[in-house]
Amino acid sequence: MGALDDLYQQLILDHYRNRRGRGRIDGASASVHEHNPVCGDECFLDILVVDGRIAEIRADGDGCSISQAAASMLTEAAQGRELDEALDLVEHFRLMMHGEAAPDEELLGDAIALEGVAKYPVRVKCALLSWLALRDCIADYRETVATGG
Amino acid sequence: MGNSAQHTLDAQALRAEFPILTSPRADARELHYLDSAATSQKPRRVLDAMDAYYRETNANVHRGVYEMAAEATARFEAGRDAVARLVNHPREATVFTKNATEAINLVAWAWGARELGEGDEVLVTLMEHHSNIVPWQIVAGITGATVRFCPVTPGGDLDLDAMRDMIGPRTRMVAVVHVSNTLGTINPVEEIVAMAHAAGALTMVDATQSVPHMPVDAAAIGSDFLAFTGHKMCGPTGIGVLAAAPERLEAMEPFLGGGEMISDVTTEGSSWNEIPWKFEAGTPPIAEAVGLGAAVEFLEQVGMENIRAHEMEVARQMLDALDEVPGLTVHGPGDIGRRGASVSFTLDGVHPHDIGQFLDTRGVCVRAGHHCTKPLMRHIGVQSTARASAYLYTTEDDILALRDALVACRDWFGAA
Repeated sequence: MGALDDLYQQLILDHYRNRRGRGRIDGASASVHEHNPVCGDECFLDILVVDGRIAEIRADGDGCSISQAAASMLTEAAQGRELDEALDLVEHFRLMMHGEAAPDEELLGDAIALEGVAKYPVRVKCALLSWLALRDCIADYRETVATGG
Repeated sequence: MGNSAQHTLDAQALRAEFPILTSPRADARELHYLDSAATSQKPRRVLDAMDAYYRETNANVHRGVYEMAAEATARFEAGRDAVARLVNHPREATVFTKNATEAINLVAWAWGARELGEGDEVLVTLMEHHSNIVPWQIVAGITGATVRFCPVTPGGDLDLDAMRDMIGPRTRMVAVVHVSNTLGTINPVEEIVAMAHAAGALTMVDATQSVPHMPVDAAAIGSDFLAFTGHKMCGPTGIGVLAAAPERLEAMEPFLGGGEMISDVTTEGSSWNEIPWKFEAGTPPIAEAVGLGAAVEFLEQVGMENIRAHEMEVARQMLDALDEVPGLTVHGPGDIGRRGASVSFTLDGVHPHDIGQFLDTRGVCVRAGHHCTKPLMRHIGVQSTARASAYLYTTEDDILALRDALVACRDWFGAA
């Protein structure tokens, strides 16, 4: 099962079966709800921002192994980062998924295991769903702060 | 498994007619194509007919006076004759469109946008494909009409009692799918059409999943409009059909304007060509009509009754095989007399996308997702399903490959 091993590395299956950072945050600083129109998969993403850093991040929703593992890995990779740093992380991940950047393992952590998904265009959206939700979540948070909301 | 006594069709022999099913594949995997509800494979004679048209007699249809243009027109119109014959419908009321979606849009715009108004109702069902929902929603948004949804029973049937209650004096159109692309349910469209007509409503039957798979008699169904597509019935993409009541087409204004559909054009205005050409603006899908004609001749030779009998047998094999997979749930009727051979299912602990990806490594092609039926998905409480769908070339070997791959898939993802 060469092709399968490529796509579904052990690390991905592990994050799928044992989700990290799953759930919602009471009193979150910002929340987004996004879905993948291709398959209907949903992602709820909450962040708690303290002193310009992501003090807590949680992802919830249902989806395929790739989308669920990606969300799990995201919560680990983004935890504790400054907002701009988190945006850089998301951008690096996005570029990797489009085959436009060599993966930086130190930055990505376990999420480096998703590199092989880039070869499956239909599944790239699954991997990106929660990560792009974080980008939108940070934008929402900043807009709320800027408008004094 | 299987009751070969009922078999009047040799699927294994028919596979020889389909180059894609018999050519060796680059990766040497055997192809188990179980996605014919999305699009069917094409027999050689369809490819040859389209190729011959382009090589021998490519010319634009209708007004050309030279012989080659007359030949092109003859082959194009012969495609229409074949399609009309297949569904027992007058040729002049058999309109070529881009696909079934465009056929429904044609009616939504040419009839609905002009005839619907505030307080009017369009009744669709919860098991419609988006193509029989969204055009009505768009036109309702413009006209002030309302789109209502007939519910589906837990067993996967239309709730006809509810439908009877919902059809009333405000109902102007009842739009219903003949065979559900997701559940496989065969709906009693003759009864529904009679119910709608008794209340003075018009009817649209989406026959996309029935015309390729069973005898469909448009005259017996009696709907005002019946839509289907070429590429799911062994024909090419890019051509669909609207079989309409001739008097409706006569009364309706055109949908798209342009060349071909006019009788006269002056600086003051235009008048319309005769039906069906009034609804065929611009250069039509000529090679596609030729290919569809060849597809119809192929289906007629195999026999629509034989195709239906074969698919009932395959549906039985599929339901039995899926029943052997632990943790698997079929969504749709269990009675093969009331269903087609398109079977949606979910597997505990494994997402449909993961099922589709895993099965692909074993050459088994199934679809995963919402199948363009999101209201139905919400109604039955699932986000998506995997769907295996058969056709005249599906064999028991394909079904056993599906079963074995699903069992292996469950182990691979460690589903409890």
